Amino acid sequence: MSKPTVIVVGNGMVGYKFCEKLVTKSSGFRIVVFGEEPRRAYDRVHLSEYFAGKTAEDLSMSSASWYADNNIELHTGDPVQEIDRQNKTIHSLKGLTLQYDYLVLATGSSAFVPDLPGLEKDGVFVYRTIEDLDQIKACAANAKSGVVMGGGLLGLEAAKALLDLGIEQAHVVEFAPRLMPRQIDSAGSAMLQSKLEKLGLQIHLNKNTSSIEGDHCITGLRFNDYSLLETDMLVISAGIRPRDELARLSGLHVGSRGGIMVNERMQTSDESIFAIGECALYENMIYGLVAPGYEMADVVVAQITGAEKSFKSFDMSTKLKLIGVDVASFGDAFASEPACRTIVFEDTHKGIYKRINISNDGKHLLGGILIGDAEAYNMLLQTVNNKIALPPNPEDMILGARGGEQAEGAGVMSLPDDALICSCEAISKGTICNAVNDGATSLDAIKKCTKAATGCGGCAPMVKDLIAGTLKANGEYVKNVICEHFDYSRQELYDLIKINELKNYDIILDHFGRGDGCEVCKPAIASILSSLWNDVIAKQGTIQDSNDRYLANIQKGGTYSVVPRIPGGEITPEKLIVIGQVAQKYGLYTKITGGQRIDMFGAHVSDLPDIWEELINAGFESGHAYGKALRTVKSCVGSTWCRFGLHDSVSFAIEIEERYKGIRAPHKLKGGVSGCIRECAEAQAKDFGIIATEKGWNLYVCGNGGSKPAHAQLLAADIDSKTCIKYLDRFLMFYIKTADPLTRTATWLDKMEGGMSYLKNVVINDSLGIAEKLEEEMQLLVDSFHCEWKEVVNNPELRKRFNHFVNSPEEKDPTVKFETMREQIKASW
Amino acid sequence: MEILTEIEWMLACYTDDVPENGGACVKHGNEQIAIYNFSRRGEWFATQNLCPHKQQMALSRGMIGSSGETCEPKVACPFHKKTFSLLSGECLSGEDYQIKTYPVKVEDGKVYVGIV
Repeated sequence: MSKPTVIVVGNGMVGYKFCEKLVTKSSGFRIVVFGEEPRRAYDRVHLSEYFAGKTAEDLSMSSASWYADNNIELHTGDPVQEIDRQNKTIHSLKGLTLQYDYLVLATGSSAFVPDLPGLEKDGVFVYRTIEDLDQIKACAANAKSGVVMGGGLLGLEAAKALLDLGIEQAHVVEFAPRLMPRQIDSAGSAMLQSKLEKLGLQIHLNKNTSSIEGDHCITGLRFNDYSLLETDMLVISAGIRPRDELARLSGLHVGSRGGIMVNERMQTSDESIFAIGECALYENMIYGLVAPGYEMADVVVAQITGAEKSFKSFDMSTKLKLIGVDVASFGDAFASEPACRTIVFEDTHKGIYKRINISNDGKHLLGGILIGDAEAYNMLLQTVNNKIALPPNPEDMILGARGGEQAEGAGVMSLPDDALICSCEAISKGTICNAVNDGATSLDAIKKCTKAATGCGGCAPMVKDLIAGTLKANGEYVKNVICEHFDYSRQELYDLIKINELKNYDIILDHFGRGDGCEVCKPAIASILSSLWNDVIAKQGTIQDSNDRYLANIQKGGTYSVVPRIPGGEITPEKLIVIGQVAQKYGLYTKITGGQRIDMFGAHVSDLPDIWEELINAGFESGHAYGKALRTVKSCVGSTWCRFGLHDSVSFAIEIEERYKGIRAPHKLKGGVSGCIRECAEAQAKDFGIIATEKGWNLYVCGNGGSKPAHAQLLAADIDSKTCIKYLDRFLMFYIKTADPLTRTATWLDKMEGGMSYLKNVVINDSLGIAEKLEEEMQLLVDSFHCEWKEVVNNPELRKRFNHFVNSPEEKDPTVKFETMREQIKASW
Repeated sequence: MEILTEIEWMLACYTDDVPENGGACVKHGNEQIAIYNFSRRGEWFATQNLCPHKQQMALSRGMIGSSGETCEPKVACPFHKKTFSLLSGECLSGEDYQIKTYPVKVEDGKVYVGIV
């Protein structure tokens, strides 16, 4: 007997999740998926990350082979055109006709576009698919101003995209008198608005658009109060409209305002056809979030595999990070007196607004709103959903306990086992704790075996707390240690070494470690010693990673490359000539690096001191290209030559490179300074990037290129040079002191609880009270700079270490071989 | 029982030619031998200089250390951090490589490597 066929129409997040859930439940179905878009299902929730550097592949819900691995037939770029309900067949655009036993409509939604004159003009977009994003990106390249129509959740996401794309004047236009009218109240909206305005968004409320102005291209928006907002582009993100046209055409019942009507089993008016996700209308409601869509998928899987499950109205609580601002709304957010009592906390200085609604008897939490700081969200939501009795002072829940005993019953471990932790995947606390007991003791392991925290990721901190809590309850102790020789994290070792003023690896190993060390802890401690005391690293050469031991980068074949520092990429003709002469004399291959300097390859280890002696005599210094240290501060040509330049980016880049040169960190550090918004120095792809503005500099941090590119994020805007250096001192030193070994700034920030807002608080608001100390420690490193190569060149003992054969110092490694390519040498390999 | 008579002791270098807790390379005919001065343990080791993973003459420039309960002495190749036991020459990074090891003796500040 052949398997019954399930056809899924629509390959969005919910359609994909349905397939995933079905294949894990049963292998007794043939599954065929038709999708309109040209690619596999992708994560639309995190769509704006596409502008922040993620690729379409990164956003993909599954690997390329997932469908094939699970015997699912996927037809992309081939939407279903017709359903023949009599014969139970579908007909696709590309001409396929297929019989179904069950049909699942997961057609999703399209952007709601109000009927306005001028919609057809160039520069008008919707914000929905990767293709939309590509078009927006292309247009933004030449746009100075942009408007998003819609101040709801999606609208603000789109506004973030405009900011990420470097639109100078970004506006949000909202019809309602407040932002996110469905989630937050007026006071919360006001707080959100002031935070967003600080980030450079201009917000216009109570604005009813009457037409789109312009001839061929958009030039502005006209409102019904006759005012005009000029703009180069418009992104419409005013809501969603369920895609019900196929259902309508097939005679299925649809709602008067759109949406395919379903019952609690997700069945449409035809019992073998189901509808799930944003196209489904349940009890007159469209659920525009991903979690209820996944729940619907689960219900349909239950129906066709013969299990019992029905859909109940779904909790629409949400927590989001909108343009870096926490926004959360949970339970009954709008309940007000006299139906309940409300407690409100407002801090306009920090931009925090919190409101909780509690029952009149003071026993239960009903709901609330959090703006600016949503750390308490998960616990508050659990308190609502599990009807947990409130502490005697419920205000502690949003203010924290102030003096006296910590409120009883706080913490995730006090939740009942059936408390829902991951609402995207419907995973309970009990399931997670059991998985921990079965040996899944890391977030990744939990993700793998339970799928918790794989959706929106919002529950990840709670899952981590549950892992730690469960292990602790079992009497196990969890620690982040650097390797088998030390029971300490890098940060702990840093503090221990500092307090005890230790300067030698072996002594540190005797004090705090065991065994003889290894290739993990040696360079990690070498880096800490260097960050603390800035001694000449060659004096403890054998604890350094190979490149640091020979102060050069080892290359294929065992030769080394030589990179003198060229601060800011500025070099005199005289020095250029010296580099040419040295390279010629020692037969080196030369290439310009990505960091705006010149790399010389193919140096024998025994030639290194001689090469450097010549370079140093000509005024060069080590470029630290071999070290986990500051590499380069790349610059554009800036206002001295460029007709667009606002400030002298080269001078500032040189000043910064000179300041931080030689400073060792947990990983390499790269910087950039651009003289205007055109960003020719690609500063936003660096660990720190500085971009000139009309009023000063914008400072971005925690970006990188490489295998996992990350866009740097704005730390401070329109600051002067002095403040910029002050913040950089604090930021870099905080990173040096707290990051794990070999962790770039972007990953460090990723792992940091509280993320960018926490970092801002530490660096700008000095929330930990350590800013002055960080500055002092940085100044110490700046003042103790020395050129490592100069130390070696002038020290015969250290020079001796640069021979290939100790029993035949004159002889070079005979296995090194070169061949010729484009008139230069190349390692023969 | 080990047959000691077949070992030919070659004077490789002087003890201060090899940095403490590190390695250096010596030439023996066409062979390159890495010698390690594991001063923390008061021991000397020698292996081939060639890392079998990517055929690089580099082991003498690697970091040394120990691993596991038994404190097995090891060297990590500077190229891709494959680690090898200094006692058995076995690859400790879970791959099927094997390097040659040599006996070492130190007398009067001189380091001798035993060539079999």
